[in-house]
Amino acid sequence: MTKVKTSLGRRSFIKSVSLAGGGLIIGFNWLACKGPVEEGSEELAMQMPKEWFELNGYLKIGENGIVTIYSPNPEIGQNVKTSMPMIVAEELDVDWNNVIVEQAPLNTEIFTRQLAGGSQSIRQGWQSLRTAGATARQMLLTAAADQWGVPISELSVENGVIKHEGSDKTIGYGEIAKAAVNVEIPEEVELKEIDNFKIIGTSRKNVDAKKIVTGQPLYGIDTYKDGMLIAMVIQPPAFGMEFKSMDAEKAKGMPGIKDIFTIDTYPEDMEKEWSDVGSFSKLVVVVGESTWQVMQAKKAVKVEWDLNPKLTKEIEILEKSAGMDGATGLESSDIHTNLMAEVGSRKSEIVRKDGDPEKAFKNAARVIERSYTCPFLSHNCMEPMNFFADVSDGKAELLGPIQTPEYAEKSVNKRLGYDLENIDIQMTRMGGGFGRRLYGHFLVEAAVISEKMGTPIKLVYSREDDMTNGVYRPAYHVTYRAALDANNKLTAFHVNAGGIPESPLFANRFPAGAVDNYLAESWSLETNISVGAFRAPRSNFIAGAEQSFLDELSEEMGQDPIQFRLDLLERAGSDPVGEENDYDAARYAAVLKLARDKSGWNNSSGMNRGVSAYYCHNSYVAQILDLRVENNKPLIDKVTCAVDCGIVVNPDAAKNMVEGGTIDGIGHALYSEMTFKDGVPQQSNFDTYKIIRHNEAPKSIDVHFIDNGIDPTGLGEPPFPPVMGALANALYKATGKRFYKQPFITELQGDLKT
Amino acid sequence: MAEFSITINGKNLSVDVDPTTPLLWVLRDHFKLVGTKYGCGIAQCGACTVHFNGTAVRSCQLPISAAADNKITTIEGLSENGDHPVQKAWLEHDVPQCGYCQAGQIMSASALLERNPTPSDKDIENAMSGNICRCGTYTRIKAAIKTASDSQTI
Repeated sequence: MTKVKTSLGRRSFIKSVSLAGGGLIIGFNWLACKGPVEEGSEELAMQMPKEWFELNGYLKIGENGIVTIYSPNPEIGQNVKTSMPMIVAEELDVDWNNVIVEQAPLNTEIFTRQLAGGSQSIRQGWQSLRTAGATARQMLLTAAADQWGVPISELSVENGVIKHEGSDKTIGYGEIAKAAVNVEIPEEVELKEIDNFKIIGTSRKNVDAKKIVTGQPLYGIDTYKDGMLIAMVIQPPAFGMEFKSMDAEKAKGMPGIKDIFTIDTYPEDMEKEWSDVGSFSKLVVVVGESTWQVMQAKKAVKVEWDLNPKLTKEIEILEKSAGMDGATGLESSDIHTNLMAEVGSRKSEIVRKDGDPEKAFKNAARVIERSYTCPFLSHNCMEPMNFFADVSDGKAELLGPIQTPEYAEKSVNKRLGYDLENIDIQMTRMGGGFGRRLYGHFLVEAAVISEKMGTPIKLVYSREDDMTNGVYRPAYHVTYRAALDANNKLTAFHVNAGGIPESPLFANRFPAGAVDNYLAESWSLETNISVGAFRAPRSNFIAGAEQSFLDELSEEMGQDPIQFRLDLLERAGSDPVGEENDYDAARYAAVLKLARDKSGWNNSSGMNRGVSAYYCHNSYVAQILDLRVENNKPLIDKVTCAVDCGIVVNPDAAKNMVEGGTIDGIGHALYSEMTFKDGVPQQSNFDTYKIIRHNEAPKSIDVHFIDNGIDPTGLGEPPFPPVMGALANALYKATGKRFYKQPFITELQGDLKT
Repeated sequence: MAEFSITINGKNLSVDVDPTTPLLWVLRDHFKLVGTKYGCGIAQCGACTVHFNGTAVRSCQLPISAAADNKITTIEGLSENGDHPVQKAWLEHDVPQCGYCQAGQIMSASALLERNPTPSDKDIENAMSGNICRCGTYTRIKAAIKTASDSQTI
């Protein structure tokens, strides 16, 4: 057994007793085995306890043995609302069928890192979730031992029932919970051996599934409260522009319209949090009784816009240096592409250098050089940005979809000047996150609007507002060079990567460590288009590019693409170059081998197969993709995925995540792009912005996990980046043509048509 | 503004709104039937799919003036206890990730099975390609539709 100190989460151990009717039971879900129960229903009345005993901030136990576990982190579809409570329940030793899950509100006193990002919820919550469960278990056991006057060592627990080995005495958690509240919090608790897990490692259904399939209110946009008005915004039509003036007289007189005004979300003197990203601080706001009325009034407001001198200055300098006249600061994608190809690499800085790459390239018998690029992307969460705010009497009550509630609370504190204790943030289930809801400008906007109106409001973005006021995935560009000697041996590797406005380079990732002479360079160019994290930031481009290049390289060297990678990984494992390499070569190789075995790689002649493997967010994923091209369209038959994310908490849900990440990755590499012309986003809804659809998805996805008992790591992001490389490599097999520019469909269909 | 009467999930309801108001916003803002989702407003994503006299339609493109006096079924009325074969299959396959698009997916799938109880892969793709899922649950949706199809034909 592993002993852990409980002191780490000391603040979490606030104990209390409360009556069940005291309004604490919010967001009630369902008892997994007993089917759906609704608040106030007879079934619930029978099942719900009369009294709750809160043993720590993560859980409370009713006198009848029902356990409520709070899920601390935001739920964006990664299924932490099921898997995090599973971890608590495991160490608590209760029957999962007697567990109710509730979404915890933001509470920095009890929880740490209530954030959905970086695929870190399970990895970083692992220890505290286990400790919370184990501590409560220990307190319950102590209370039972005291009551029976027996040593605690003679007690065991199964499914929430404590048993005394020496006699036949048993007592349920519900019966002893009241006494356990008075037990001193143990300094140290024992965690289970992983071989003894009963819940972790077994598939448990999504705790919200029943509500989802019956259309119950779950999402921020579903919020309707008494006296609530609907607010929408009008934003500049182009990045680089700002509000100048408006004529809203006609619109103000339209049915249901309450007011039309401007707000400045982030005044210049406001100290911003990192999550306060947004290109348009000054917005026109239309407030009315119903969504449709507000949408109509928006069209009737006449707004004049101006160039924003602050946002256009740097771009002007950049474009002049690129030799482009007439720069206005209103950016266009064709200029971006040219800038990245021609200007970027001239600004490079060396990030890592091993050996003497210059010499190796000079002495090379052959140098292979390829460049790859990708466009901006919009997150396109299916639930558009929205937030409910009720700001009055010095209090701010906020409810809605946010990945970073802790930062958002600080933003509201700084923007409105309210104390943190007067700002309450409740998290709803989110209709997608993908990084977009890390940037809570819409929450701050909602708070500012509600304060100004003096009424509760729900701010709702239209799809067009959402897509054209994005915090986009940046555009990237990378050039790879490989030096081969006369024996066709790889002697040097050079990566030069950059983007607008950040570089996608991970200098210490594979194949760093596997090549004696290695050079990694980085550069970036400014932009006034707002950008931010998008599912697997930077990896979401560079993985596919790198894995395409390695594929082409292996072919040039006459080697099997998997064996080529394995040989490099063997070198990186047995005799690594440098000390900063961020991956475990053996785990990396293991997923490649597993994918090779499961896909029948060695018997795949005649198939158009591409392989790819990547390490990010502490996890390893290899994918092998099979496709055909018919009538200009790629038809993906199968993707075989091998994943090492350590212990898999909820296997079927984890499989779902890998399937989804795979489809999402294929879709974005193949079909999606966000382009700009004179600062104006050229795609504003799903008629012009292409997202992968049913008929384009793989026919089957086969998922396999490595079973190694290592503490769990990320899964929301890791399956997303590498499949782009597998796709490009399979497309090459099908068409004889390499794909360097995303989205691939443009080149694929352009080529086939001519 | 004008008064409209409409049958939603078997109940006769009336509402006083602008005749151009899409059924989607009548359902959400006026009747608080929020299971029908707003996703795009231009019939491109399928999140707002409901049954109009038994056929799957995008409620964001159906003005109340055209919907009135017809029978509408929303996700809330698909079954009394959430036990429609499609809903059960969705639970069995644990389809949802974020879940936002799933009501629309279920309404499209149930309308498909109503007119074609044993759809082929191609039939499923054709019927479902108007429903976007950004999370990428398409393979599970297809499997769930097949399960629902099997359960109906047995």
